[in-house]
Amino acid sequence: MKRKHLLLSIFLLVLTGIFYSCSREGGTSLEQDMYYANGRDLYIQHCQNCHGEKGEGLENLIPPLTDTTYLKQNRNKLACYIKNGMEGKISVDGRMFDEKMPSHEEFTDIDLAQLIVFITNAYGNKQGMYTTAEAAAYLQNCK
Amino acid sequence: MRFPSVCSLLLFAATIGVLSSCKEEKKLPIFGMRDTKTVTLADGTTQVDTVYQTIPDFSFLNQDSTYINNDTFKNKVYVADFFFTSCPSICPIMHRNMKKVYEEYKGNPEVGFLSHTIDFKYDKPSVLKRYAAKLGVDDQKWQFAYGSKEEIYTIAEKSYLVSVTIDSTQKGMYVHQGWLVLVDKDRRIRGAYDGTDAKQVEQMAKDIPVLLAEYKK
Ligand code: HEC
Repeated sequence: MKRKHLLLSIFLLVLTGIFYSCSREGGTSLEQDMYYANGRDLYIQHCQNCHGEKGEGLENLIPPLTDTTYLKQNRNKLACYIKNGMEGKISVDGRMFDEKMPSHEEFTDIDLAQLIVFITNAYGNKQGMYTTAEAAAYLQNCK
Repeated sequence: MRFPSVCSLLLFAATIGVLSSCKEEKKLPIFGMRDTKTVTLADGTTQVDTVYQTIPDFSFLNQDSTYINNDTFKNKVYVADFFFTSCPSICPIMHRNMKKVYEEYKGNPEVGFLSHTIDFKYDKPSVLKRYAAKLGVDDQKWQFAYGSKEEIYTIAEKSYLVSVTIDSTQKGMYVHQGWLVLVDKDRRIRGAYDGTDAKQVEQMAKDIPVLLAEYKK
C-alpha cells in the first residue's frame, strides 16, 4: 500500500514537471508578459506615431518593424538605436531607408528592455525574453 | 418567379430613391467668419448676401521649385495641412492617414492635396521633393508648398484657422495642430478633421463626395 502511494506521487510529480516545463516553453514567462505589456504602453506613447499601429512604418520614410530577420540580426544594437537614435542607410523589408530617428535619452535600461521585448515579439517577431541586464550590457558597446 | 423579382426590383428602386434623397439633403457646413453685403440686382432692387471667409490669393514654391497658386486648385476641392519633414510627433500619423485618402481619390481630378511646410529654414523645395517621392505621392495631385515664415504662418492662422508657432522648448521646435482642412471650389472652408484620428480622416473621405455633389448640377 505504501509503495503504491509513493509510485503515485512520483508519477504525479513527473507529470506536473512535464506540464510545467511544456507550458513554459510553449507560452511565455510571467516576467516576459509583464515586460511585453509595459513595452506596448511605451511603444504607443513614443513610437507608434512613426512606426504605426501595426508596425507598418510609413512608405519609404519610416521602416516597418515587421522584418523579423532585421530585428534578429540587430538584436544587440536595438538598445543603442532606440536610446541614441539612428541615421544613415539601412536595408529593411527589402527596401533602403536613409532617414533619421530621434534619440530617446530619457529611457532607462528597463524601459529599453520592455520596449525591445515588445517589438521583438509583436508584428510577427518571436524572439522571447530580453532582460534589463542585456540592455545594460549592449549599451556599453554603442558606437 | 416573375412576381418576386419585380417586387424586389421595386424595393431596390425605392431604396435607391430614399438613399439618394437623403444624400441630397446633406450639405457640409461653411466655416470661418462671415459678413454681409448689400447687392443691387439687375432690376434695381437691393438684396443682402452673406459673404463667407475664403482662402486669399497665395503663391508658393512647390516641390519642383515652380510657383503654385489658387489656380493650381481651380475646379478642385482640396485638403490642406501644415507639417514639416523632420517632424518627430504628429506629422507621420497625419500623412499616413492622408495618404489613404489620396489613394482613394487618385483617379479623381476634382480632388487635390496641399501640404505647407512650416519649417522655412530646412524644408527647401528639394527637401520637399525627396519627402514627396518617399511618401510615394510625387505628382501634381499632392502639392507641397514652401513659403516665407510670414506668408505661411499668416495663411495658416488667418485663413485655414490652424495654429502654428515656434517653441524652442519643444522637441522638434514647431508646434502645430494636426488639422486637415477641406476647401471647396469656391475657396471656402467646409470641414476640419483631426489628421491624427483615423476615424475623422475616414469621415473626411466620406465628406468629399458630398461636397463634390454640390457642384454637379
Ligand atoms: C520620428 C519618427 C520615429 C520615432 C518616434 C521612432 N522611430 Fe524608429 N525609426 C525611425 C526612422 C526614420 C528609422 C530609420 C533610420 C535610418 O534610416 O537610419 C527608424 C528605425 C528604427 C529601427 C530599426 C529599423 C527597423 O525598422 O527595424 C527600430 C528597431 C526602431 N526604429 C524602433 C523604434 C522604437 C522602439 C521607437 C520608440 C521608442 C521608435 N523607433 C521611435 C523613425 C522613428
